[in-house]
Amino acid sequence: MMNFDYVRPTNVADAIAAASEKGATYLASGTNLLDLMKGGVSRPSRLVDVTRLPGLDRIERLSDGSLRIGALARNADLAHDPEFARNYPAVAEALLSGASAQLRNAATVGGNLMQRTRCAYFYDAGSACNRRWPGAGCDALKGENRLHAVLGWSEGCIATHPSDFCVPLVALDAIVEIEGKAGRRELPLEALHRLPEATPDRETALERGDLIVALRLPTDAQDFAGHARYIKVRERTSYAFAVVSAAAALRIEDGRIREARLALGGVAAKPWRAREAEQVLAGAAPDAAVYREAARAALSDAKPSGDNAFKIELAQRIIVRALTLAAAGTPDRIAALPGSPFSSVAGA
Amino acid sequence: MNLPLSLTINGVRRDITLDDPRVTLLDLLRERLDLTGTKKGCDRGQCGACTILVDGRRINSCLALAASHDGAEIVTIEGIGRGGELHPVQAAFIAHDGFQCGFCTPGQIMSGIGLIQEGQAGDDPERVRECMSGNLCRCGAYQGITEAVLEAQSNMTATKQRRSA
Repeated sequence: MMNFDYVRPTNVADAIAAASEKGATYLASGTNLLDLMKGGVSRPSRLVDVTRLPGLDRIERLSDGSLRIGALARNADLAHDPEFARNYPAVAEALLSGASAQLRNAATVGGNLMQRTRCAYFYDAGSACNRRWPGAGCDALKGENRLHAVLGWSEGCIATHPSDFCVPLVALDAIVEIEGKAGRRELPLEALHRLPEATPDRETALERGDLIVALRLPTDAQDFAGHARYIKVRERTSYAFAVVSAAAALRIEDGRIREARLALGGVAAKPWRAREAEQVLAGAAPDAAVYREAARAALSDAKPSGDNAFKIELAQRIIVRALTLAAAGTPDRIAALPGSPFSSVAGA
Repeated sequence: MNLPLSLTINGVRRDITLDDPRVTLLDLLRERLDLTGTKKGCDRGQCGACTILVDGRRINSCLALAASHDGAEIVTIEGIGRGGELHPVQAAFIAHDGFQCGFCTPGQIMSGIGLIQEGQAGDDPERVRECMSGNLCRCGAYQGITEAVLEAQSNMTATKQRRSA
């Protein structure tokens, strides 16, 4: 690990000033960043430790009914908050389907949004990677790429975004609150992560010094609480990143889907909102035929980036499964194996 | 750069000056404080051998910068027994053969203690397995580990109820 300068500011303005220097980066719990630094993938010259910034771990209901989650709230605390799990069950399920209990105890909401891809060639400092080193080329294109992207990829980068948490969040129109040199601004979470195009090294819409201070779930996000699931296929049932995942949230009235939200994980360099599929579902009666049509619409632009054509079919099946389970109703309690399609009894 | 640091480790306050900000809690414990019960397996947050309690919560000490934890209360495997008496989770690991080579065991035990404190798994073996998935055991003692955690949890609950009765 390259040596660095360590600073621990006590207010947001000082943090932004300290992180505005070239080579500086923010440190929250460090569960992803320290791993990357140990592998020589991230080489910051300064770490700006934000863990002591006051008030950023609060979870609060705002007067308009939206929920504001401080960027330093821990994944485990959020997922186990009974009110949160009741109102945003797919988000809680996604959180609990990710990483391990130890990592969820440490990892923060803001850090989860900022985690880097798990592409093995990005992680291996000896491989060519345009994301790590612009212009270097992409060893994943001709390498082991069965887990890589099928949507929104470019010849420059076929990596996927690893977050589970972000998938239902993007479906529920979450908003990111950012403090930067020019003050406070907001961004839909959907606009935070960028597709690779010709500049895969530009991973997010953040500028140098920008700090995510909170995440907001809009007022209508809890209207889907009765019919919301996160389903995730992994290569082992626990403690693994998604091969493909889907967050499905429905508002069902009088036997019809009034509104549908659908997003996919593990398929692109960002959490993938499937708006075409949502349009197919809106107004329809909830049945298998319409779920299949929605799944086809969601993947209509997909193409393999390597040895991963199976993901296009798998994603469609996972969408159908997630919609079927969501329509059946959110279980009272998250299943023993959160997000797993192999849970013996949903909600048991 | 010198970073002053104050930690409470197994109930004892330790004032430390770090000469290098790269030191993780794991390396601090093992290399500088001679607390080698906490194991370094992968050093990348994948195996759980380095699990300790920080402010009552189980975390991977290999992915925690020591400098960032100034003021924290830390409990390691060395700090859980009382006057030569085993912690109930330690005793249950012996009773249920929850280990073979023993390398992952300190992390398993600290993780089990964390799991019981979190109170999310109840008496469901499936939930215990899920909540212990951050601890790998290459000898494959998972069956015994799950039984040990369940029994320790049940014993600790019974003791607590007796005390409050």
